[in-house]
Amino acid sequence: MDKKTIELLEILEKNGRIPIETLSKMLDLSPEETEQKLKELEDKNIILNYSAVIDWSKAVEDEKVTAVIDVKVTPKRGVGFNEVAERIYRFPEVKAVYLMSGAYDLSVTVEGKSVTEVARFVAEKLSTIESVISTTTHFLLKKYKHDGVIFEPKKEDKRIVVSP
Amino acid sequence: MKTNVSKRTFLSKTVQNLKPSGIRKFFDLASQMEGVISLGVGEPDFVTPWNICEAGLNSLEQGYTGYTSNAGLIELREEIARYLKNRFALHYHPKDEIIVTVGASQAIDIALRAILDPGDEVLIVEPSFVAYAAAVTLAGGVPVSVATHAESEFKLLPHQLEEKITEKTKALILCFPNNPTGTTMSYHDLKEIVDIVIKHNLVVISDEIYAELTYDTEHTSIAAFPNMKERTIHISGFSKAFAMTGWRLGYACGPREIMEAMLKIHQYAIMCAPTMAQYGALEALRNGLDDVAYMVKSYRQRRNYLVHTFREIGLDCHMPGGAFYVFPSIKRTGLSSEEFAEQLLHEEKVAVVPGNVFGEGGEGHIRCSYATSLEELQEAMKRIARFVKKRI
Repeated sequence: MDKKTIELLEILEKNGRIPIETLSKMLDLSPEETEQKLKELEDKNIILNYSAVIDWSKAVEDEKVTAVIDVKVTPKRGVGFNEVAERIYRFPEVKAVYLMSGAYDLSVTVEGKSVTEVARFVAEKLSTIESVISTTTHFLLKKYKHDGVIFEPKKEDKRIVVSP
Repeated sequence: MKTNVSKRTFLSKTVQNLKPSGIRKFFDLASQMEGVISLGVGEPDFVTPWNICEAGLNSLEQGYTGYTSNAGLIELREEIARYLKNRFALHYHPKDEIIVTVGASQAIDIALRAILDPGDEVLIVEPSFVAYAAAVTLAGGVPVSVATHAESEFKLLPHQLEEKITEKTKALILCFPNNPTGTTMSYHDLKEIVDIVIKHNLVVISDEIYAELTYDTEHTSIAAFPNMKERTIHISGFSKAFAMTGWRLGYACGPREIMEAMLKIHQYAIMCAPTMAQYGALEALRNGLDDVAYMVKSYRQRRNYLVHTFREIGLDCHMPGGAFYVFPSIKRTGLSSEEFAEQLLHEEKVAVVPGNVFGEGGEGHIRCSYATSLEELQEAMKRIARFVKKRI
């Protein structure tokens, strides 16, 4: 992949809402070239989605509950980690699944309306999957930083307004 | 008993005659207004990378709160020497050829005071950073401006330099990449300047504070040319590259004889640069260059955006190779630099710095800093486009 395409991805990863004209100027490309690159990246599923990072704690009072669950798995013949992972990530309440090195195998992030709802998911859906040996559920108490974005009040520019 | 003492000014004539910086006026105007987007800021919009801040904090926790040696921590000088060798092929001995200073500004001050006798002329390549001429005057010298022009993208041309050299010329101050034009000088551009400098036996004070911020080619230092180290005071610092303006930390490097003289002034005037900042700088050189690369990439994108947009609006703008300024011509609007900047501030609440405050060659231009978030830049350019459209 050429340098400018990688740079385009780096810019979009931080801010998916920059207009094409601005992106083109930043990368010294014509708007057509930028559109073409974007289309290719989308077609190849390199860019999967353009989404926003939201601090829900400020938006709604009954914020959703998030749990990070360590899952131990015994892969069986014909049912490897990928198949187990798929069984898990197909549930819509599962927001993220990662294969991990170390004391457990899969890290599963689950979102629900309440602790009870998440607990029910673990008890009824997750731990009943045949290859799952054990689960350890950690409820998330507060988000400080997510996807590289710090959850803090908007910082004002502290610099003096005109300087040499 | 009545005494009749005539009113006496306590101020020196030198200071009375010193003109206040033209930037001050715009600072006063802009800081009184609400909702101003400022493209007038001469410092990075990044905050200092956290590992550098953490090193400063740690130095306090460890109790490193006393003076350092006059020239600065030897570990830091060693690190500066290594950095300059690797990045710019400059060779300085950490023991007696490097002084850590309170920003590059202090380095400029002590360099001038170390080399000037009353009446010595110092050539200043303009448009330039506003402090040089004042620093020369305060050191007893006579500033002589060497104007550069938009047609040659504000590069210093040999004939421009030669025309201004007299018997009294002692030194030449260079600043490339340049504030306010963003112009860089390549190896070939500098080569011809080097020949003239050697022929006329001048000292060069080379302010290379923006050396890390180049976008198309690597920076070349004039001190790296043969026979130039002995006549060059290389000045740089941490402010621009590592986003450390408030730490006030710079350095000067040069031949032993000059550095000894500078150290004499430094030890009487300042003692040493702030200790905490020196520990931060040490971390910056050891582990900070990846952060610099990240910032450079971001500045390059914003530079491209600004230059393309100015051209689209109909204002001539050369593609500057470094620093974080663009210096478009506003001549097509029929306004002077000051009129443009003042009207733009009042009508559209965008602050820029009029080019004339940077000396000869600056009239007809404005300095716009792109050390500002992309969102603000987009909004500022929308407003500037609207403003210019009414006038051309």
